[in-house]
Amino acid sequence: MHLPSTLLDGARQIASRLKAVSSSMAMTEQRLSYTLDSTLETVDKAEESATRFASHLGFPEDEVMQISMAVREGAVNAVLHGNAYAPEKKVMLAFEHTAEGMVVTIRDQGQGIDLSKIPNPLAPENLLKTSGRGIFLMRSFMDVVEIRPSRTGTEVKLIKHVPGSSGGGKEASQ
Amino acid sequence: MTMKVGTRQVDGVAIVDCSGRITLGEGSVILRDTVRDLLSKGHKKILLNLADVNYIDSSGIGELVSAFTTTKNQGGELKLLKLTKKVNDLLQITKLYTVFDVKDDEAAAVKSFK
Repeated sequence: MHLPSTLLDGARQIASRLKAVSSSMAMTEQRLSYTLDSTLETVDKAEESATRFASHLGFPEDEVMQISMAVREGAVNAVLHGNAYAPEKKVMLAFEHTAEGMVVTIRDQGQGIDLSKIPNPLAPENLLKTSGRGIFLMRSFMDVVEIRPSRTGTEVKLIKHVPGSSGGGKEASQ
Repeated sequence: MTMKVGTRQVDGVAIVDCSGRITLGEGSVILRDTVRDLLSKGHKKILLNLADVNYIDSSGIGELVSAFTTTKNQGGELKLLKLTKKVNDLLQITKLYTVFDVKDDEAAAVKSFK
């Protein structure tokens, strides 16, 4: 089959970027996973990968943006608050296309977030705080946000229903 | 694309033209350093032109809040100019639209400073 050179170049660029992204990676048609260092570069790469995966699934541009922002916030939390930039700790990131839609899992190796200490960023007394909006943005942009802290790390699961799929409708998140 | 800033003075107001992304890391640091530098030089009327800011994350939002409160605490004023739809939407959902003085027209914004 003959493919246009621009398409081939694009595919090569994506393949090249993916290789550079992660220390280990496995990709199938429906699943893409990474094990990443606790660095700022990981945050950018998580966002870029989310953008590509969401675009591939056919989300409209504004929802691609929302998904990539939510994933970025999840990666920031994992790198900064979970692993605290510790070089020996990794961030596990996975994208899946399931019957529910696009499922993103972000897991860190920190001490586990204390959900009772997450303030409401919309409360008047918190409006001028300079941090504490990451989880709120994730919940604003995704259909489902599940946060599972443990003593060995925190796992965040983000779901966005694919347009036209059976999983539509906003669900309660924990 | 990372963040770039250029500063100019119009009728006693320091206008900071920002472009790119205000995100965790370099973008937030550049904004912080620019505002602190202006304040240290006595420029207390600051207008952040965000017309070419196409992306901002929670850290960037935090940096805007920090710039606002730092300026206010030093007796100054910091306002925002020309938000893109994405940034506008973010300020709406975080309720910060009620905190910031947001302007669309540069000349009117400059005049609005006391």
